[in-house]
Amino acid sequence: MKIRHTDHRDRIDVPMTPMIDIVFQLLVFFIMSFKIVLPEGDFNIRMPLPANDAPAAPSELPVFNLRMTAGEGGGLEQLSMDSRVFEGEDRFAKLHSYIRGLIDDSGGPGTAEDQEVEINADYDLHYDYVMRAITALSGYLENGQRHQLIEKIRLTPPTESE
Amino acid sequence: MRLTKAKRHEITEGDMTPMIDMTFQLIAFFMVLINFSDVEQDQRVNLPASELAKPPDTAYDEPLTVQMTADETILFGGDEIDIDQLRGRLRTEATLLRAYKDNRLKDATVVIRADLRSRTGRVQEIIEACQEAGFDTFALRGRQSDVPTLTSE
Repeated sequence: MKIRHTDHRDRIDVPMTPMIDIVFQLLVFFIMSFKIVLPEGDFNIRMPLPANDAPAAPSELPVFNLRMTAGEGGGLEQLSMDSRVFEGEDRFAKLHSYIRGLIDDSGGPGTAEDQEVEINADYDLHYDYVMRAITALSGYLENGQRHQLIEKIRLTPPTESE
Repeated sequence: MRLTKAKRHEITEGDMTPMIDMTFQLIAFFMVLINFSDVEQDQRVNLPASELAKPPDTAYDEPLTVQMTADETILFGGDEIDIDQLRGRLRTEATLLRAYKDNRLKDATVVIRADLRSRTGRVQEIIEACQEAGFDTFALRGRQSDVPTLTSE
């Protein structure tokens, strides 16, 4: 006589449908609320309001004055620092080289921590150019390391109204 | 004697495990990357690019974000306001920060997100409004760039 050993273990069926429903709902929610955000970074500047009654703090170093004049449509017409004018497509790179030459950071980073630059930009100038100027003044990247040039950068108060 | 054959109905079950695995992976991916800070990063603002713009090492203690779009609409706390309304709002914020025992106004940083096509004078007006309210630390926000921005215009 042949005896068959049939396996009659009951299989427990966990209902998967509700879980899959919720999981898909979650997935749809995250896909709908997802947006690509480009990485952002900051230039930190400290600009207290100058007190009218207090005398200006004496500075050992002369303040560099960067003049940026606006042309038609908010474009940059002239970029000059004190009496030196920078021209050409790469004028911000020239400004950067000039600043590096002035500061002479061969002694290592931090040599220009007391140097101050005042950016005097025309009212109508596009803000993009001011950020380029701040980039040129504030430092440079070398071998992936950021080196600081000028920390104290300030903007002059708006001089021209609409 | 005739034996009737028992008809066995087999339910065909697809293997759901890989699909559920993938779905959970997708959910985990979106959960990690999701950014709810809509109010402080308005998509209308196209930031100027800079290779030196790096995210701050530590989060600001008391950040206040002022944004300006290309058409020079000022955004503050999710509201579209003009410069006079901004002055009032900043004065209120400054009063609230001063009211803390440790005067948190000095720790406050005003993050300025201005569109690259906006006029510099308008940005300066925002800075001036902040200075009048008592804020003196600013962070000019730019978009990180992998290519040098100084060599071309």
